[in-house]
Amino acid sequence: MNEYTYPIILGLLVGTATRIYMLRTDYRQYPTYLHGKIIHIALGFIAAGLGSVAIPSIMEEDFTAITFLTVAASQFREVRNMERNTLTELDSFEMVPRGRTYIEGIAIAFESRNYLVMFTALISTLAYLVFNVWVSISVAVIAIIVSKVLMSGGKLEDIVDIEYVEPHFEGAGLFIDNIYIMNIGLPERQEEVLKYGMGFILKPKNFNVRSTIANLGQRQAILHDVSTTLGVFRDSGTPALVPLAKRDLDDGRVGVFILPQVRDVKRAINVIGAVPTLENAIKMPTERHTETEG
Amino acid sequence: MMEEMDLEKFVLAIITTNPAKVPSGTSVFHCESKEEMEIIATNLEAILDGIAHLLTEEIYVIVKH
Repeated sequence: MNEYTYPIILGLLVGTATRIYMLRTDYRQYPTYLHGKIIHIALGFIAAGLGSVAIPSIMEEDFTAITFLTVAASQFREVRNMERNTLTELDSFEMVPRGRTYIEGIAIAFESRNYLVMFTALISTLAYLVFNVWVSISVAVIAIIVSKVLMSGGKLEDIVDIEYVEPHFEGAGLFIDNIYIMNIGLPERQEEVLKYGMGFILKPKNFNVRSTIANLGQRQAILHDVSTTLGVFRDSGTPALVPLAKRDLDDGRVGVFILPQVRDVKRAINVIGAVPTLENAIKMPTERHTETEG
Repeated sequence: MMEEMDLEKFVLAIITTNPAKVPSGTSVFHCESKEEMEIIATNLEAILDGIAHLLTEEIYVIVKH
């Protein structure tokens, strides 16, 4: 036992608590299984350990110890790979796949959560050493809240207006409003599609949003989220019954065609609105200022 | 040496009441009536895991996506 024992223990506890707090099993149902959770809590504990020893090392003028943080960085990049590989492997067995962009987004979140844990542990230990245990605890609480805010990204409802439109056929072509979705030839299938299908129009609120919702990964994420939440009227070997999202080339609106098992318009609009805006899909064409750029 | 080819979409079969209009080189099912065409298209869709698309009133194509 020395003067650093308690600060380090506190940092460890706070860091691990942050990881557990951020490890919710939500509608994505991932990670659901116990082993998956244990992996992430264990890695969170390691991250907390690395974060909390950093400040004591500096105080002891042991500056080389800080290089351990670089080891941590490569360690957590590995976490990202692990998540990406697992989810990609499983994706082919989903009724409606998540898509690569969504998986990448989830993998990035898993990596960055470990850095947030490290950061929380680091500043809690610092506060303990500089002030006292009470300051440290309040700093930890603030850090956890900040982590929480940083972890929750934007939602689709912030960037688009969602409107329900009944799907209809023009000949064999399935349309949502004026957006062509696909050609369904058999009258029997057409009836099923009209009976179970629902259509939504996503209208971009500004110009930047057009390219975000045009992103195929973002569209797949919408279809996946709606299908996991509301169910999907589909089985292997029925390729005609497939949820699709297509774009109106004129004004960038996206028509979403889904086949939910729960046909509840209001709920479906809420679900689509709550779909995360994928980091990798966000584009900012209006940030390009050609006249001022060299 | 054969090069590996990756086709995203492929016409698996054609069902028609007007054989003169469809290309050769793929499986064509000649039918007498529209009803017969629909029955065959439904079955083939299920068997081949493809989608039955209606090109004209006389032609169905089963496409693998």
